[in-house]
Amino acid sequence: MNFKNPKTLIPQIITVVSLVSIISYFAFNAQVNMGNRGISFGYGFLSQEASFDIGFSLIDYDGSMSYARAFLVGLLNTLLVSIIGIFFATLIGVTVGIGRLSTNYLIAKAAEVYVEIFRNIPLLLQLFFWYYAALRALPLPQDAINIFDVSYLTVKGWYVPKFLWTNFSVFLSSILASIIAIIFVAKYAKKQREDIGKHVPTFTISFGILILFPLLTFLVGGVTLNFQVPVLSQMSTTIFNFKGGVSIIPELISLAIALSMYTATFIAENVRAGILGVTKGQKEAAASIGLTKGQILKLVVMPQALRIIIPPTTNQYLNLTKNSSLAAAIAYPDIVLVFAGTALMQTGRAVEIISITMGTYLFISLCISTFMNWYNKSVAIKEK
Amino acid sequence: MFKSIKSLIIVGLASLTLVACSQQGGGAGSKKSKTLDNTKKAGFVKCGVSQGLPGFSNADASGNWTGIDVDVCRAVAAAVLGDADKVKYTPLSAKERFTALTSGEIDILSRNTTWTLSRDADIGLTFVGVNFYDGQGFMVRKNSGINSVKDFKSGISACTNTGTTTELNMRDFFNSNNISYEPIAFEKADEVVQAYDAGRCDTYTTDKSGLAAQRTKMSNPDDHKVLPETISKEPLGPVVRQGDAVWEDIVRWSLNIMIEAEEYGVNSSNASSLKDSENPQIKRLVGSEGELGSAFGLDNEWSLRIIEQVGNYGEIYEKHIASTGIMPDRGPNELWTKGGILYVAPAR
Repeated sequence: MNFKNPKTLIPQIITVVSLVSIISYFAFNAQVNMGNRGISFGYGFLSQEASFDIGFSLIDYDGSMSYARAFLVGLLNTLLVSIIGIFFATLIGVTVGIGRLSTNYLIAKAAEVYVEIFRNIPLLLQLFFWYYAALRALPLPQDAINIFDVSYLTVKGWYVPKFLWTNFSVFLSSILASIIAIIFVAKYAKKQREDIGKHVPTFTISFGILILFPLLTFLVGGVTLNFQVPVLSQMSTTIFNFKGGVSIIPELISLAIALSMYTATFIAENVRAGILGVTKGQKEAAASIGLTKGQILKLVVMPQALRIIIPPTTNQYLNLTKNSSLAAAIAYPDIVLVFAGTALMQTGRAVEIISITMGTYLFISLCISTFMNWYNKSVAIKEK
Repeated sequence: MFKSIKSLIIVGLASLTLVACSQQGGGAGSKKSKTLDNTKKAGFVKCGVSQGLPGFSNADASGNWTGIDVDVCRAVAAAVLGDADKVKYTPLSAKERFTALTSGEIDILSRNTTWTLSRDADIGLTFVGVNFYDGQGFMVRKNSGINSVKDFKSGISACTNTGTTTELNMRDFFNSNNISYEPIAFEKADEVVQAYDAGRCDTYTTDKSGLAAQRTKMSNPDDHKVLPETISKEPLGPVVRQGDAVWEDIVRWSLNIMIEAEEYGVNSSNASSLKDSENPQIKRLVGSEGELGSAFGLDNEWSLRIIEQVGNYGEIYEKHIASTGIMPDRGPNELWTKGGILYVAPAR
């Protein structure tokens, strides 16, 4: 910024002043009006007892804990569905995107039909479809769809075996150790390739480490893993439910399906655009030096395509995270339903709660975009 | 450079003070009622109702609202504007209702809302009275083998509405009985009904009157029953914004007049003929004695209009709650003189 030149300074001052005035006007206005209506302002309520229960939580929670804890439960549920959504959206998106460019007519057409259908129906309607039409058609627990006697699909949710670990921390640290080892191997392999041109089979070694280290902990580290299979139990003449095991609630399933199916179409188009964006000459040149089809995709096309794919895909990840707030429509206890819904109602602190919720979404979005920008930089053309 | 930043800050501060000075504090609590003036100017009463609860506030196919909650707003419109039909209804979800009231979008919230200490004291609201004494209950399938709340076992899933006292009572009830349960809270009542109907949850809990009303919306109403126990007190009544004492009084006494009218046998058909009654209390109710209206800045016929155009409490209960089969038995909503708990301060 140039502060010396009045020509550039004056517009900047005007911008800053008007921005400050607008924000302070609204803040002041809200304060005066809240004062007039006898509404106090403060974040002290966060430590009060929430006194409502939440049906699905990743951490210990019951109604005797604080509103801040309820907020955390909602936040974790939002993050959970966003991470699941981003994972599957990327998986489906990349597959469909590559599929659309397939020379096989059937695959290409199927991918196109998928993209056109799921991209052009509003997300909320898709969500309603999965929740009210698809998952509501599942049977009651007593007639559950049985998957190999260990997992059951019912209208009340998907019951899967529960993992019972002993010494789980040992296992977790072995995973961390193998990841660190893999990073070292990768660095070493890169150095070897650049210094003496020797090819180190990084993938095989990494895979070996990832299997070996955790396996060792089972043999010598005292780690054991048992499964608790859900069992049908009767609660009255006609009311049944599964006990033991973990219940994945239908609200989570339908939200994750809807979000990933919808966002995948946009990612697929990004992938297609990225691959098409690499000039034909590049592929032909690669083929002429004798690279195989797989090598061309991995070594020549993808590195260049990623530069085109990543920035718009970041947008899709952000959209997915924000769209997860539609959870409120189907009673999935995300941050909007739990905090900006129930907690807001019980405390009546609209301004405080909405500001916290908005700030939280902003923070999550900024984190995702910082990470994606970092990744984008790492694949961008490095000018030497 | 430092100089410029300093000047920036100074200009910023100056603009802040300017903004602060241009603000005007809207004075409240004076003898004059801003809400009453605005209502007279607009020509209609702004009334917040439910998104459809038979008996309380429900719109028919052509958009006409009926119910005992609706009649509170109609009574105020009759008193203030002279015509009970001059009401603008805003359907609100449980979550939206208080914000709509405190932000001024509506002036009366008459939406089966439970009167609690925290709501009354904390969030800029004032409850003016009770137009229906309710309590929370449970609905289950008839063939479920559950005949009492004592038959509930751990692992049961219960559907309800978010942001209601129901959600809190449910927790109190299950916790004190040591039953672990799965709560599923939807935003709209229709979604709860649908989820329960589909078997997503084993029981549906809300106010008993609500259960009776919602049962009619099930795909097969006869398959369901309401358990006999009542687990909470739910006094439902109209709410107004804090800070307009005159408006608060108008709404309170519009409701009280309907209850008092029933007590003295004054109804929509005999009200005008009772102007020459020998009972001074009846004369005050129909406006032929005393100057009751002037206390609010209303004329003397305000109470007569309420009784004539809307009816007394017994009439509206019969019309919306009893004859529709929601709660044929008046129970606690009977007059104190007849064994109920309806008892209002005398209009004199």
